[in-house]
Amino acid sequence: MKKYLMWALTLTLVLSLLAIGGIGCEEEGEEEPTPTPEVTATPVKEAYKVGAILDLSGPCSNLGIPEERTAEMMADQVNAAGGINGHPLEVIIYDTEGDSTKSVTLVTKLIEEDEVLAIIGPSRSGSSGAVIDTVTTSEIPIVSLAAARSIVVPVEERYWVFKTPQTEYEIIPEIYTYLQSADITDVAIISDTGGFGVAGRTLCNDLADDYGITIVDDQTFADADTSMISQMTHIKGENPQAVVCWSTDKGSAIVAQDMKTLQMDDVLLFMSHGVANKAFVQAGGEAVEGVIIPAGKLLAADEVPADDPQKEVLVSYRDDYEAIYGAGSIDTFGGHCYDGLSWVIMALEEMPEGLTLADARAFIRDAIEDMGTFIGTGGVYNITAEDHLGLGTGNVYMYEIVNGEWVWFK
Amino acid sequence: MSADQFVQYFISGLTMGSIYAIVGLGFTIIYAVTRIINFAQGEFVMLGGMLSFYLIKSAGIPLAPALILSVLITVVIGAIMYLLAIRTARHASVVSLIIITIGAAVFFRGIAGEIFPWGVDIVRPPYFTGSQSIAFLGAYVHPQAFWIIGTTVVVMILLHLFLTYTMVGKALKACAISPVSASMVGINPRTMALIAFTLAAALGGISGVVMAPLTLMSYSSGFMLGLKGFVAASIGGFKSPVATVIGGFTLGIVESLAVGIDWGPFTSAYKDVIAMTVLLLILLIRSGRLAEEERMS
Repeated sequence: MKKYLMWALTLTLVLSLLAIGGIGCEEEGEEEPTPTPEVTATPVKEAYKVGAILDLSGPCSNLGIPEERTAEMMADQVNAAGGINGHPLEVIIYDTEGDSTKSVTLVTKLIEEDEVLAIIGPSRSGSSGAVIDTVTTSEIPIVSLAAARSIVVPVEERYWVFKTPQTEYEIIPEIYTYLQSADITDVAIISDTGGFGVAGRTLCNDLADDYGITIVDDQTFADADTSMISQMTHIKGENPQAVVCWSTDKGSAIVAQDMKTLQMDDVLLFMSHGVANKAFVQAGGEAVEGVIIPAGKLLAADEVPADDPQKEVLVSYRDDYEAIYGAGSIDTFGGHCYDGLSWVIMALEEMPEGLTLADARAFIRDAIEDMGTFIGTGGVYNITAEDHLGLGTGNVYMYEIVNGEWVWFK
Repeated sequence: MSADQFVQYFISGLTMGSIYAIVGLGFTIIYAVTRIINFAQGEFVMLGGMLSFYLIKSAGIPLAPALILSVLITVVIGAIMYLLAIRTARHASVVSLIIITIGAAVFFRGIAGEIFPWGVDIVRPPYFTGSQSIAFLGAYVHPQAFWIIGTTVVVMILLHLFLTYTMVGKALKACAISPVSASMVGINPRTMALIAFTLAAALGGISGVVMAPLTLMSYSSGFMLGLKGFVAASIGGFKSPVATVIGGFTLGIVESLAVGIDWGPFTSAYKDVIAMTVLLLILLIRSGRLAEEERMS
């Protein structure tokens, strides 16, 4: 009796396996396979594995979390639509904790143990710089989500490296152009001593002459500092007309608060695109009112003119994201991940079957480089062999914080 | 540096110094009674600040009760940490116990990043009395800075009275001077250790709730605050509360003034270097004097 039952079970199993396989081949996943308990999670084809190393904890976790959410959302969307040419998309996400050494370890793990086809991340400039050697010697494409320009420059040494976010080279000229048009010449800089802050500070100094700007004071603070009153007192003594603050959430919010405390009301305050997220405005409260920030168009998705090529992608990504994570949860960091993962997915769609792992990785790299014009959330990209970011000017809006909202001033 | 600027730097240093001092006191009390350096001290500060934001914003409790409740919850957490993690391992060496406190710190940080509804974002609890800064001797001072300095002074006076005039306070002191003799006269060192952890958690919680509106708080803020408090406590030699407070104020004021001093290439980027150099000098002088004292005895 027992034996008979076993046979019957095995037979059912084999039959249902055959049936599911047949459906998958004939109808290309148009119909969702009926969930049968015996064959749960038996993929039709081998999954395409993409790695992501993000700052899910640590000082830049406010970047990593929306990136993770975006990656998960996109993988679900792709798989719900039948995968990429029938291959499910699997995104393997690891937490760098904002640490460069850990990032290198995780990249190695993704390359050797998980055998992924491409990598997204890390979220921070320092960590992104640290993993360049590893991905270059292992010959695997990586799309960094960090800001600094040095991640993709010089391009001869960055054969395998791409990135999606605007760099200081796209943002600071926008600020300086604005200052020039407002006849402002005396500017003070305050920046943090991390990779992002240093990059911004250097460029602010380098470009000042071109725009007729005098840097009257140049102050710095450490990541963990809890008061900038001293630095702002120093700046106040030099009587600037505007202050450019180049840092992430916490330091920037304290700078704004301390400027208010010192009653520097007639001094304009500009900040980096690094604070273009909801948490900054919420934590900053009344102190960040009036702060001016250049950032991607995503924050003003509704107001973007209908003839802007980005309009469609901005609204659809924003709507998808906020449908899952709540209204007002959108920020530009998730958008960077959206753009990066889109590149990889586009490359995977073109990839022929049966390539070896090394060939597949090389194919994805070439496909991203040859992609042509890509319209993303961060701007209109034109990636070439000479430019692995591919952003020009005009992809950035100037926003002012008014009543806790980002208001685009035209 | 003009006179007005000097006052501004000085008050800013005083504000930050108050925070370092009160965090440092937590280190000193636990070290004096148990010889443990509690690396979770900064996390008590973080918990105090985060809890106050949670209670005010998410639970809708009015300001004053929310602040008191935050400190009380932090105290309970401190006591539980001692009972579960430290007392159960009391036969281990002091070094092992110190490593346990590092583990506890990582645990608190991880939990704080998970349980609160805002996750890992920075938060700012409301200011106690608005944000309109007050002109004071040519400087502008945020009202919250007065709260920070005032609270620190009150806490220090209360702590001094507690240690000098109450039986429990005297027992704590006795335990710090000589645990063996203290237990001979009937003082239970384990109870004293529990009280020390409770007190330290209270100090951390109080500094957390008063500073968070001005300095902002996130789940990862505790480590650096703990480090600054540790520096204050080491300037004070981990022995005397008074020396710890002086250490905290010294660190805060030197840090702040270092920004204002322009020595050619020495910009504000060097402020931590200057502060740490002062610390090293103090430690060198102190260790020289300690060695001398030992020779004398």
